[in-house]
Amino acid sequence: MTLIPLGIPRRLLEFTIDGEPVRAPEGSTILDACRSVGKDVPTLCQGDTLTPKNACRVCVVEVEGSRTLVPACSRKAEAGMQVQTDSERARHSRKIVLELLASSVDLSTTPEVAGWLKEYEAKPDRFGPDAARLNEEPKVDNDLYVRDYDKCILCYKCVDACGDQWQNTFAISVTGRGFDARIAVEHDAPLTDSACVYCGNCIEVCPTGALSFKSEFDMRAAGTWDEPAQTETTTVCAYCGVGCNLTLHVQDNEIVKVTSPHDNPVTHGNLCIKGRFGYQHVQNRD
Amino acid sequence: MDLRFGDSKPTDEEREAVDALLGPPESSWEGADRSDADLRWARGGRAARERRDLLLPGLHAVNDRIGWISEGALDYLCRRLTVPPAEAYGVATFYAMFSVKPRPATVLHVCTDLACAAAGASELCAGVEARLGLGSGVSVERSPCLGLCERAPAALAVKAGDPVRTAVSAPATVERAVLAASSPDSAPEEPSAALAVPQAGQAGREELVLLSRVGVVDPASLDDYRAQGGYTALRQAFAIGPAGVIREVTDAGLVGRGGAAFPTGRKWQATASGPDRPHYLVCNADESEPGTFKDRVVMEGDPYSLVEAMTIAGYAVGAHKGYLYLRGEYPRALERMEHAIGQARARGLLGDDVLGQGYAFDIEMRRGAGAYICGEETALFNSIEGYRGEPRSKPPFPVEKGLFGKPTAENNVETLVNVLPILTMGAQAYAAIGTGKSTGPKLFCVSGSVDRPGIYELPFGATLGELLDLAGVRKRLRAVLLGGAAGGFVRPDELDIPLTFEGTREAGTTLGSGVVLAFDDTVPLPRLLLRIAEFFRDESCGQCVPCRVGTVRQEEALHRIVDRTGAEAASDIALLREVGRAMKDASICGLGQTAWNAVESAIDRLGAYE
Repeated sequence: MTLIPLGIPRRLLEFTIDGEPVRAPEGSTILDACRSVGKDVPTLCQGDTLTPKNACRVCVVEVEGSRTLVPACSRKAEAGMQVQTDSERARHSRKIVLELLASSVDLSTTPEVAGWLKEYEAKPDRFGPDAARLNEEPKVDNDLYVRDYDKCILCYKCVDACGDQWQNTFAISVTGRGFDARIAVEHDAPLTDSACVYCGNCIEVCPTGALSFKSEFDMRAAGTWDEPAQTETTTVCAYCGVGCNLTLHVQDNEIVKVTSPHDNPVTHGNLCIKGRFGYQHVQNRD
Repeated sequence: MDLRFGDSKPTDEEREAVDALLGPPESSWEGADRSDADLRWARGGRAARERRDLLLPGLHAVNDRIGWISEGALDYLCRRLTVPPAEAYGVATFYAMFSVKPRPATVLHVCTDLACAAAGASELCAGVEARLGLGSGVSVERSPCLGLCERAPAALAVKAGDPVRTAVSAPATVERAVLAASSPDSAPEEPSAALAVPQAGQAGREELVLLSRVGVVDPASLDDYRAQGGYTALRQAFAIGPAGVIREVTDAGLVGRGGAAFPTGRKWQATASGPDRPHYLVCNADESEPGTFKDRVVMEGDPYSLVEAMTIAGYAVGAHKGYLYLRGEYPRALERMEHAIGQARARGLLGDDVLGQGYAFDIEMRRGAGAYICGEETALFNSIEGYRGEPRSKPPFPVEKGLFGKPTAENNVETLVNVLPILTMGAQAYAAIGTGKSTGPKLFCVSGSVDRPGIYELPFGATLGELLDLAGVRKRLRAVLLGGAAGGFVRPDELDIPLTFEGTREAGTTLGSGVVLAFDDTVPLPRLLLRIAEFFRDESCGQCVPCRVGTVRQEEALHRIVDRTGAEAASDIALLREVGRAMKDASICGLGQTAWNAVESAIDRLGAYE
């Protein structure tokens, strides 16, 4: 289901992408415009429900007249702009950024990244065996979800989703700075001592699997997580009258995790603790 | 917003420190004991949240009083300001001068940056650490540039309490640094700011424009400042009106002195014509570039000139409030500026009716807490607003959406004080100083291997050699670092480079913020480059990948080749070039974009590792 929001008609801007003339509504980003003409630019931290933070810099493109490369996910298109999405300069930066990331964090559960590493001929190993890595143990301090910051690329999406963009709980923030910057709750406490309300909206937006359902984490550890074998069923949450959509991920007739469609005009992928985690009663077979 | 503040309670002292800044809490909704009335009404909403910009002063209040910030103190401050504790924790852990873990009340910051490293900072550190070990009640911390390069090596002692006490030791010996840390009150007074201006004692002093009053005027006396020609520029500004001021500044050809060299008149014009209200003026006094100390000397030696210049700038851009963001490592500049602002306010030179002209303007001071990145203009806005000092992506530019999302003109101290001579001597006469494209006088911070380190004022166009001659450059000069850690090295045979924006650009280097750091051949170049890499790794905010990881990879590669040359270093140098290029191209802000400049120039121009 894709809903087309009806807004005020917008002026069309004319500019070029890789030499081809393109028209895009005013206010679109370069990435929007690229996608509308079927060109994809790799992105990691960009999310469909959040204001882009443009922190990962994988989506940089070359814009004529700009001293540096610009992030396609957040730079608004302007009339007359000349954009190169695949120039040598942009490819070089993308390759290095992928190498820097893959050499410092575990990207094994990040979708698509393996393909990009190959496409851009990135060799994360060339920084040597002593290259600093996060090397952090997963934080398992509650029964609902696991924080594995060894996989965290610091995209800020969980912070934005927990904060003023969606949940308004403000339980998580970036702490420290530089390479030592981490996502943490107040006083770096366990999640159970924090302001977290376990809505799981941070898991919904996490692009790398750094935040995951405890169920998924345990099954991966046991080697029983089998994504291709899972079915997805979208239904309506039965807990209250709001009518949020739930997508049940089912493996071997058991619900293994719950997500929510991002194109739902009411919830945009957000749920509460009951919708996200309260599914055991469905499969209580006593 | 439904905030949870946890169970930690502040100690009485912590509560007092916060209340001294914010006043006593009015109800249990902001941390007072609960009364019956509190159950019948709630206070909060926008009015409460709009005080978030007091978070940084609040963290300072606790850190100054206790020496570190406990959970209870942070939660109480959050309750008072309606700030989520997780966010406040993120802010508190961002700044180097704060600690969220217990530590001794006294912290001795020993500078280990470029000028101090060349003057023996590592021996100083080792000596101080040997004397002030565990149980001494002093925590010794290695610090980036303290801005005392002309008196290197330097140390700064901060003793928490009420009031907080500070002592500067520079040039520092182990004994003097230990004395400053153990009894800051009895440490000898700092030498006068005028001693940082070697030209002050020389013939030709009357030619100085920006530094003419340093060492002549009493920095504590507003009357003396006025007797020395102070406040004539502001009268002139009122005479010609805001548009007139912007026209003069534009005609004078003034460009920003912080390193980016953006035309000041254009910035002011764009801010003044911003339709959104209110407008803000921000003075960036967060000079943290290693080797830079000119703003400190101006603020310590001639504080009223900055107050007057900010008033003029505020008037020109239509702002009624100016923020002076001063780096946390400058206790004397802080004290002098606070005093000057207070005096100006008491005498009607700030406030509702400046000089009886019906223009309202006031200056609020903000103290940084140890973060080089906060010198980046948008990071500085975030820092004032009570967020982590991370740069914002541009566009939108500050003249459109700056501080608190409003049109903002941000200038550094040196740029602003240039406005005074522009108005008193007129744009034409000012533009006649210097070269056609780089007009006016320029301040240079000369330190390192020279006999008379300090601030020098020269018209744009003098050569690097002329400047070094003035400062008494020593024999066996090996390299000169122009523009600080974000700048670049030049060779001793390149001293005829004209010190102008266009001249340095033509020579493939940069003037940056006016740093001229001379190194003789006793300074081991690879160690110096390593220190520069360490500096950027420490100071990266961590927001974007090329900078966060790139600065670490750069430092690792330099570590690997620190004692190597030629073919053994070649593969790592190739790797550095690749990473450096991506950092320059893809980082969000100037920090990541320039973090590789100095190392690159050392490889290319000096033949380091050959």
